[in-house]
Amino acid sequence: MAAKAAKADRGTRQLELVALANPPPEPEPAAEPRKPKRRATAEEMASRQREISISEFFTKNRHLLGFDNPSKALLTTIKEAVDNSLDACEEAGILPEITIEVRDLGFEGSGELTKGEGRFVVAVEDNGPGIVKAQAPKIFGKLLYGSKFHRLKQSRGQQGIGISAAAMYGQLTTGQPIRVVSRTGKGKPTHSFDIQIDTRKNAPVVNRDETLDDWHQEHGTRVELEIVANWQSGQKFVNRYVEHTALANPHCTVHYLRPKQARLSFPRATGELPKEALEIRPHPHGVELGALMTMAGDSKSRDVRGFLQSSFSRVSAQVAGEIVKNAGLKDRLRPRDIAGDRDLAEKLHKGIQATKIMAPPTNCLSPIGDALMRRGLVSFLSVIETDGPDGEDGQLDLDQVAKKKTRGKGKAAPVPEPAPADAEAEEGVEKIKGHDYFIATVTRPPRVYRGNPFQVEVGLAFGGSWPADKPVELFRFANRVPLLFQRSACGITDAVVKTDWRNYLLSQPKGSLPVGPMALLVHIASVWVPFTSESKEAVAHYPEIIREIQLAAQECGRKLAAHIRKRQHADYQSQRRSIFELYIHEVAEAIGKIVGRSPDPIRREFMKVAEKVTEADLESQDAKLEEAAEKTAKRPRRSEEDE
Amino acid sequence: MRMDAVSKKTVGKIEKLAESVLRAVKGGGNPFVEIPVRSLANVRFNEKKRVVELGNQRQKRYFFNVAMAKKFMQTFLVSDACKELIESGKTTSIRDLYYITKHTIGDSKQNTFEEQDESDPIIEDIEVALDTLREELHLFASRKGTMVGPITIRDSGDTIDLRRMGSGGWGVPSIVEENVIQFGRHEARYVLLVEKDAVWSRFNEDKFWKRQNAIIIHGGGQPPRGVRRMVQRLHRELGLPVYVLVDNDPWGFYIYSVVKQGSINLAFESMRMAVPDARFIGLSSFDKVTYRLPSNVAIKMDDGDVARAKQMLAYPWFQAKQWQAEIQEMVRSGVKYELEALSRRGISFITEEYLPTKLKEKDWIA
Repeated sequence: MAAKAAKADRGTRQLELVALANPPPEPEPAAEPRKPKRRATAEEMASRQREISISEFFTKNRHLLGFDNPSKALLTTIKEAVDNSLDACEEAGILPEITIEVRDLGFEGSGELTKGEGRFVVAVEDNGPGIVKAQAPKIFGKLLYGSKFHRLKQSRGQQGIGISAAAMYGQLTTGQPIRVVSRTGKGKPTHSFDIQIDTRKNAPVVNRDETLDDWHQEHGTRVELEIVANWQSGQKFVNRYVEHTALANPHCTVHYLRPKQARLSFPRATGELPKEALEIRPHPHGVELGALMTMAGDSKSRDVRGFLQSSFSRVSAQVAGEIVKNAGLKDRLRPRDIAGDRDLAEKLHKGIQATKIMAPPTNCLSPIGDALMRRGLVSFLSVIETDGPDGEDGQLDLDQVAKKKTRGKGKAAPVPEPAPADAEAEEGVEKIKGHDYFIATVTRPPRVYRGNPFQVEVGLAFGGSWPADKPVELFRFANRVPLLFQRSACGITDAVVKTDWRNYLLSQPKGSLPVGPMALLVHIASVWVPFTSESKEAVAHYPEIIREIQLAAQECGRKLAAHIRKRQHADYQSQRRSIFELYIHEVAEAIGKIVGRSPDPIRREFMKVAEKVTEADLESQDAKLEEAAEKTAKRPRRSEEDE
Repeated sequence: MRMDAVSKKTVGKIEKLAESVLRAVKGGGNPFVEIPVRSLANVRFNEKKRVVELGNQRQKRYFFNVAMAKKFMQTFLVSDACKELIESGKTTSIRDLYYITKHTIGDSKQNTFEEQDESDPIIEDIEVALDTLREELHLFASRKGTMVGPITIRDSGDTIDLRRMGSGGWGVPSIVEENVIQFGRHEARYVLLVEKDAVWSRFNEDKFWKRQNAIIIHGGGQPPRGVRRMVQRLHRELGLPVYVLVDNDPWGFYIYSVVKQGSINLAFESMRMAVPDARFIGLSSFDKVTYRLPSNVAIKMDDGDVARAKQMLAYPWFQAKQWQAEIQEMVRSGVKYELEALSRRGISFITEEYLPTKLKEKDWIA
């Protein structure tokens, strides 16, 4: 800013100099600005001012929540429902089995798939804990209502805005209410509701409330929304979302039903639920001034030290005392005083920053984990892998797979148990559908940004049938939710691009993703993932997060480089073997003639030696490869230089 | 066919080489052929004998080494072919050998040899590895070089009078060993080796050999082994001094030095071919002044020439003061002269004036 001001300043000065050099022209009589006529009085204006309901706000700003257009709305609707289902199942300790269904109402009427925009029904059904009858209307018919906003815990949903926003979108575009079927357990009644939102009051209106006699789920929830969507152009996003959800949630079974196509199933790759994510109190170093004041206002503690101890994590009596001392506040000060006095609050805020406080607990996070990430990748590749991703828009397409599978019943892709490693197979290499993939995974220890614990995981699948001359596929996840849009605005992409993959024997154009036959999975788990917007499509560029991603990527990269080197070595060996075999014949023939013996036994003896060609020779070749790799690594790094 | 003792010995060497490989393979080892290194690094100038000699560095050519396997195979293909040649009593050209040993390997797209450039060095490898001569392997290089003079020789039983060779002269064969060529009656006083055919023709037409009683021989540029061996035999056996007449350029100087001391590539044959007493008679860097050659017959040296000349300044066998002066003058002036430049002074200037004067004034470098 300062620089800009200085520049502007210099600009004016220059102008003045110019002005001096050229005597100013005769000043024209300045036109007297006419006094504008008052248009309204404060009172008149006040009559027009009224509260804006959040629902009304949404109808005008739906792009903020991911409902920009009918194709994206389709995905967002499914995503919000699935996020809720998975969160609920995990919180309740149930292995999730989720059915995602898209019905084309046009197709059901006319037998022709709807081209472009049209009416669709989206249904998501889970085997979760179900919803208590009294809560259902609020959950689905009121925006900003939920369990997740007021706590710090790793979960997919954060604000309590998603599913009700989807309901509102449906209501706005088709006039149809959201239909909810839910049952909380065996012997409990099954409730079915139609819920609408009063968009003025941001309040639910229940149109229909029935109890069903029977439902096939013992417990669970089904939501059905009729929306205007564009299946034709939106299905690729949905396909990708479904695949990636299965990838990042290997404990989950996903069934996917689409118009005019066979059912596709991703069976779970593990029967183990992820570690439960724990709720934590906020860490003092992450709190902002306004939030601090609000928290103080809500506090029931008698004094400021009690407030700090009870509202924050990692604040002991001693630390609280230190903070108060550093802030230069009186011990007796009540939290209420701070809530009401900005100056006091600012002092306290500064005091907090000046105090050394232990990092927040990090056991609250639930990463996917190395082993499960690997299983997820294997099972993902088993279902998805056809001819690698299609290059143009970088979107994977399930359709080709689906077409192949269409014959007969909707067939579940078999989950290959990680192949029992035979003696030859290299560690980390999986054979999937006849292709060898090298899979490496890294889970970093938890770290903290702005008082929020987070944890980064990176997994990569290299080789197989991925195209070798295209940029790698980057799969981004936040709290196990796939991020499909705004790739270039995302901190994850930034971190991957800034990693020098040439060190790991991939080529990488400046400022781009590396090029190679590889899919890279990056997952951030955090109690509060910093998204760049409410539609949760890109992760903000926190240096702590970028750094962790880079460290994880580097660790994976080192494993990859070892694999590539090994593979080069193996190539070299087989090449060498074939050269030898080629020449042995000739040599045996010639020597046989010289010494007057049959060439066959000579050839056999040569072959015997070829089998166990001297180790020393191999080692020297290894050393050469190693040297080459080091040379690559020694080239100037550009990661930091760019910025 | 009955083999002579030399042939028997050579075949024995080839068989021994093959057997050593078989032994290595039987023992599970990586078979190899040991070959003396034929490069500048392994060549030294023997001050006493005044010839270029091969050093002691040897290089092992392994079969189980990706970089060497093909050459190893080629070595035995050539060895086998040579053995067959010797046993059948036939001699052939190295080009012919290339065709004999060339074929496609198995069902691959590879050939045993792609170019003659691949098989020629293999032959030299075998020569040094087995310590045999090329002719003992029954091989010869394509013939290059012509001779005329007051001498009668016997070539493979035929008597040839080199005084009656017309305008063409006698083609010097690749193999001129005693068992092939014997010297008869002669009146020669010295041997004159000229660089090229065109200049040799001038001397022949002017009957220079008759006037001077000289044997005149050329090697078509760098003289082949046959010519060099012939010059050495004439020098040693008949006691004739040898004069070398070459262009005034680095290449010409180098030809002289090869005749005198032997070449880097064939250092192992120096003892058979070098003539340390050979005299450089021309064209000297200072002749342009002495014989008043106009500057317009000079050729400007290019970068390659200058670099080559500077390289030669460092050769141990060019350390004599006179040679340093010759080369430095050439570099300084930046021009070179062909022998034909002398024709500017008259077509027979070289045979009637230049050479007789030089010889008379003993204006040579020894």
